[in-house]
Amino acid sequence: MAPRTTSKPAPAAATRAKAAPAKGTVAGSATSGNDVTPGRATSTASPVPVLKTYKLFIGGKFPRSESGRTYPVRGASGQFLANAAQASRKDARDAVVAARKAFGPWSAATAYNRGQVVYRIAEMLQGRCAEFVELLVAGEGAKPKAAAATVDAAIDRLVHYAGWTDKIAAVFGSSNPVAGPFFSFSTPEPTGVVAAFAPQQDSLLGLVSVIAPIVCSGNTAVVVASQAFPLPAVTLSEVLATSDVPGGVVNILTGDAAEMGTHLAAHADVNALDLTGVDGDLRTALARDAAGTVKRVYVPKQQPDFTRTPGTARLRAFLETKTVWHPTGAVSLAGGSSY
Amino acid sequence: MPVWEYAPAPESAAIGRIKSRYQMFVGGRFVDGRGGDVPTINPATEEELATVSWASTDDVDDAVRAARAAYDTVWSKMSGLDRGKYLFRIARGIAERARELAVVETMDNGKPIKESRDADVPTAAAHFFYHAGWADKLAHAGFGPHPKSLGVAGQVIPWNFPLLMAAWKIAPALAAGNTVVIKPAESTPLSILVLAEIMADAGLPDGVVNIVTGAGDIGSYLVNHPGVDKVAFTGSTAVGKKIQTALAGTGKKVTLELGGKAANIVFDDAPVDQAVEGIVNGVYFNQGHVCCAGTRLLVQESVADEVIGKLQDRIATLRLGDPMDKNTDIGAINSAQQLSKITELSAVGDEEGAQRWTSPCPVPDKGFFFPPTVFTNVSQSMRIAREEIFGPVLSVLTFRTPDEAVAKANNTPYGLSAGIWTEKGSRILGMAAAMRAGVVWANTFNRFDPTAAFGGYKESGFGREGGRSGLAAYLDTDDETGSDEGTAA
Repeated sequence: MAPRTTSKPAPAAATRAKAAPAKGTVAGSATSGNDVTPGRATSTASPVPVLKTYKLFIGGKFPRSESGRTYPVRGASGQFLANAAQASRKDARDAVVAARKAFGPWSAATAYNRGQVVYRIAEMLQGRCAEFVELLVAGEGAKPKAAAATVDAAIDRLVHYAGWTDKIAAVFGSSNPVAGPFFSFSTPEPTGVVAAFAPQQDSLLGLVSVIAPIVCSGNTAVVVASQAFPLPAVTLSEVLATSDVPGGVVNILTGDAAEMGTHLAAHADVNALDLTGVDGDLRTALARDAAGTVKRVYVPKQQPDFTRTPGTARLRAFLETKTVWHPTGAVSLAGGSSY
Repeated sequence: MPVWEYAPAPESAAIGRIKSRYQMFVGGRFVDGRGGDVPTINPATEEELATVSWASTDDVDDAVRAARAAYDTVWSKMSGLDRGKYLFRIARGIAERARELAVVETMDNGKPIKESRDADVPTAAAHFFYHAGWADKLAHAGFGPHPKSLGVAGQVIPWNFPLLMAAWKIAPALAAGNTVVIKPAESTPLSILVLAEIMADAGLPDGVVNIVTGAGDIGSYLVNHPGVDKVAFTGSTAVGKKIQTALAGTGKKVTLELGGKAANIVFDDAPVDQAVEGIVNGVYFNQGHVCCAGTRLLVQESVADEVIGKLQDRIATLRLGDPMDKNTDIGAINSAQQLSKITELSAVGDEEGAQRWTSPCPVPDKGFFFPPTVFTNVSQSMRIAREEIFGPVLSVLTFRTPDEAVAKANNTPYGLSAGIWTEKGSRILGMAAAMRAGVVWANTFNRFDPTAAFGGYKESGFGREGGRSGLAAYLDTDDETGSDEGTAA
């Protein structure tokens, strides 16, 4: 393989083109290999490429921000890549409504079904890995090889969590040997709607590592993507939309985490926050806002290294334990009273 | 109804061996606090029971220092088996002094002696016994092969189950290898100070458990103390929110067990007589001073009249009065302040148009008592259907379909518990799954066991007490396989 530079992203795609035909650069330009600025066709022989409009992902649909705002996304070398939607408070609220609506059916779906859906995301991501490599190379300035490894790791992460869905109850639940004539069992259940702030730096693997543990147990998610590198998140939305993930289970917003965060952290229909992608004063402020409705708050102790095999802390952070009691045997006929 | 006559059967107050004055327990010694002497009263008589030396903030500093020293030098280095042996000793000690503890609890709290004797004290001993066995088995708890303790736990407990809440807090903390500074409620400090004697007699190393007495300011100082690594609070949702707010960004692990407004749902196929017993137990146990009390009765419309009629007949037989009498069903409200809160919220029920029924039982002239009360014609928007009254007051609502029952039951910011009464198995399981609540009792109510996790959804708090999941509250549950681990705070 010839040496590549980050300013020539297109050939990197070609290296992985056996699995999936390369779509070219981030904005879908011709794969001439000469593009310095993605999205601008330089060869008159190629047709003018159709560029993608990067929008939000709410309730399974791809709306623009209701505010009409966008912001420019620039690549590692400062080149213009695309305009991303700058989501507003209203968009965040719409996403919460969609997530709440999706929570009932998604949490009630069988674990087997959820596992298949999460696995399907991995399949779809595999099929489009070249496109994600392009995005990481163009956006984060990753070396193509490293970008490919990152996409592979993101696929593996989804496979990992796909296999968790039908193990959670067995691993974290219990039958309780209570000292009385009762059958008592404790079972984990999803917390509800989780507002997650994806890592700012690790725009694909970090994003997938945040989303997967939330949704595999039956929660639904409103995810604020990396502000600087939002394009993998929007493209992941397309993967999700074609993976049998019911609309509203994952909602992805692009824009300013500080602007949306305040509203999400205080929103009474959000049950939990994942503050991985915000730090410093904003992280503290959001954790404080969360107390207004006693939200569960997940805060990583240190900067997560998403290349490592995950433990269960992220999974457990968004689970409740429900304990159910029922009298057993003939003793129940004596009544349910301590009087 | 036949008339049942009961002769008084009072437990002897002398069994409580209540002293005239109690000191704090810090660093393994009973010491005077610098917050002055404050009386604690018997709510059934309004008479002073004892004076208690209260802590100042300096005393909290001393207690945290003692807990840290004990953690660093003794407790964190001790084998789990040996930690467990101390907990087993404490469990035995509670059992041996059970009758005394029951009297102390009843006189300081106002709850009926039969409840402190049969529920509070034995369950407290059971919590120590259960957690003792975990101390050397933490690697099997599901939080990685080498789960670590957190350090010093700062704990604040309420007045409704003083000894039992102390056990719920102290036992898992110690089993997991932490040391403790705990503050009992200002109105019920005595039983935990008797527990301190038991712990001292058990030879528990100095400073492993420290007890500071005082009011909310001392509790606030404790949970915000920089020397505290973990905070556990049981109490009102309002205070819980303040604690969560104050601790945001500090990295302290927090668990909160807060208020509730549980629905107790009675279907038309329920065994009515059993359901009536369960409703009574659900809301009048411990004078209704129970965070998981079944205070919203949701009864299917077709059987509402029958259930309410039988319920009122049954409630009318409940004996209210001297908590020390072994026949007493309903004891004293814990404080004048709580009594006025119950009185005020009940008056709001009248104003909002609910129909009040009060048990005709005689009410003592002295002491803080509130007769069992049932409100019918209650709608969801009324404050008596939304707010935690924390007293012997039941609000009755009706429903027609299971879906409506689910919607009404979950229509609350709380999510601590729920009750279901039906003879249909599939409906029990379906309803149990549909409840957004941490504990669901089906054809029973108010059951507690150290092996069964207890704790809330939504604004009823987070974290569990009891069972394997309860241990997570006192362990650093990072997995060692990666650094992508944090605290579910």
